[in-house]
Amino acid sequence: MMSRKEGGTKGGVHYYLQSTSGIIGAILVLIMVIGALCSAFGWLPHDPLNQNVDDILKGPSGKYWFGTDQFGRDIFSRTLDGLRRSLTVSIVAVSIAASIGVTFGILGGYLGKWFDMLVTRLSDVIFAFPAILLALAIVSSLGNSWIDTAFSIAIVYTPIFIRVARGPVLAVKEMDYVKVSRILGYSSPRILLKHVLPNVTAPIVVQTALSLSWAILTESGLSFLGLGTQPPDASLGLMVSDAQSLAAFAWWTLVFPSLFITIVVVGLNLVGDGLRDAWDPARRSS
Amino acid sequence: MSTPLLSVENLAISTIQDPRVLINDVTFEIYEGEAVGVVGESGSGKTLTALSVLGLLPRGVGVTQGSIKYNGIDLNAISSEEMRKIRGSEISMVYQDPMTALNPVMKLGKQLREVIESHEKADSSTDQRVRDALLEVGIPDVARAMESYPHEFSGGMRQRVMIAMALILSPKLLIADEPTTALDVTIQQQILALVSEERHKRNMSMLWITHDLGVVANLVDRLIVMYAGRIVESGTVKEIFTNPQHPYTYGLLSSLPTTADKDRKRLTSIAGVPQKPWLVGQSCAFAPRCFKAAPECSSTIPQLVGTLEKSVSCFHPIEANI
Repeated sequence: MMSRKEGGTKGGVHYYLQSTSGIIGAILVLIMVIGALCSAFGWLPHDPLNQNVDDILKGPSGKYWFGTDQFGRDIFSRTLDGLRRSLTVSIVAVSIAASIGVTFGILGGYLGKWFDMLVTRLSDVIFAFPAILLALAIVSSLGNSWIDTAFSIAIVYTPIFIRVARGPVLAVKEMDYVKVSRILGYSSPRILLKHVLPNVTAPIVVQTALSLSWAILTESGLSFLGLGTQPPDASLGLMVSDAQSLAAFAWWTLVFPSLFITIVVVGLNLVGDGLRDAWDPARRSS
Repeated sequence: MSTPLLSVENLAISTIQDPRVLINDVTFEIYEGEAVGVVGESGSGKTLTALSVLGLLPRGVGVTQGSIKYNGIDLNAISSEEMRKIRGSEISMVYQDPMTALNPVMKLGKQLREVIESHEKADSSTDQRVRDALLEVGIPDVARAMESYPHEFSGGMRQRVMIAMALILSPKLLIADEPTTALDVTIQQQILALVSEERHKRNMSMLWITHDLGVVANLVDRLIVMYAGRIVESGTVKEIFTNPQHPYTYGLLSSLPTTADKDRKRLTSIAGVPQKPWLVGQSCAFAPRCFKAAPECSSTIPQLVGTLEKSVSCFHPIEANI
């Protein structure tokens, strides 16, 4: 997946930067990642768990940039902390889903026969359930730690990667250069890793960016429903859930976490668009 | 002569499910340093014969009879890993279409290294070998070529790279499956000359597959003419061209345009279409199209009889025309 440098044509970054949506998306995602990193390094104006009885439900001000919640906790700090948690869960989930999905998808597509049957049927079964429902079922049976949430999201998104990887492999393995690699006596692992995989990376990378945004939505959805991150820890979905009853008189409790979810999701989608444009030879030539 | 480098005996290939015979009773030898051409129409089984030598028959097709011996090793009996080791290093092949035969996302230098790395441990000399191989096939500015991607090269140049890939491990037998059909005529001649030169320099055996008799005439020592999955005639180029005995070979040769022909006569063609090999049955496959067909041609399969210099499978071969 990371063989872009070896795999692509020169100036992949150059092509990416020609896409406006790609640039905007990259900027949005970058801001969000920096915010999450600030939380990871503890560079927050307030402790996200610290309750301050004197400052309950204060609006945005110089001291509390995004205001405070019903326990007097700083919403800005909590939003960044929640963002960090959501991003971590999504990145871990998508990494697991992508590595398992791509491996099985490529093997299934290349080997064919019963193995391919098994892989596609299994992913069809998972596909048959609505994503959030399945994640809900899995996370409630696994537990509530962040790694359990990540696992359940990974299971839900693995079949998408299987499909995205398998399709192009079916086409690429019939290409002349793959036949030539057999004629010249390359071993099967070499053919798969160095001649098939680099030629199917484009859709996989785009899918990774898009899946990250879906995973963030799923994670937020799960914590909104009370699964996943548990109070008093902050999570974007949990904050939105808590803010439901407060929003009528303290709009800031709802708006900021929701805004962050929106920005991450939109940003990642735009990055996905940008990547797709950068890889599309038809768009490149124009 | 000594023992042949490659000897194919009574080879039969057919589809596995719902058996359809694609190749039947194919026997031929290639000696060291010898170039043999296989000519025939599409579907006559020439490419399949070549692929069976490499152990790379398409899925669903298999050898049902006969043996393929390379250097005394029965290629049908060895494991697929042993066969893989032979491919590319002992027996190599230049592919038809250079436009699609190179990995589009890998630098050319890297692709040549791949061939070496697949068969040997790469060491400090590997890069030099790659450079030498590219130089050998007439690539100008080797340093730049190694850093280039296939799309930066023209078809002729890509075919040169393909030839370099096929030759880099000095195979003893090179199979060329119509390596020039996808190229311009002028480039064709250069590529043919290049391969021919390399063959003589290395004393390499060759199997040329083509449907174009004109292309191989100057490149090979012996010719095999295939029709509907069988060898109908084989022999030295001189024998085949001056004294074709099988009516099919005769027909092929008379359909060649010649520059000597000043009367602008119509090109001769062979009436009818080629028979599907699995529909032939107990008869000569060419009988329905043959101007010399007799009753026995439709009831018995003619056997290939003769010497290395000249064999024909026909009941009523054309007499030497003097």
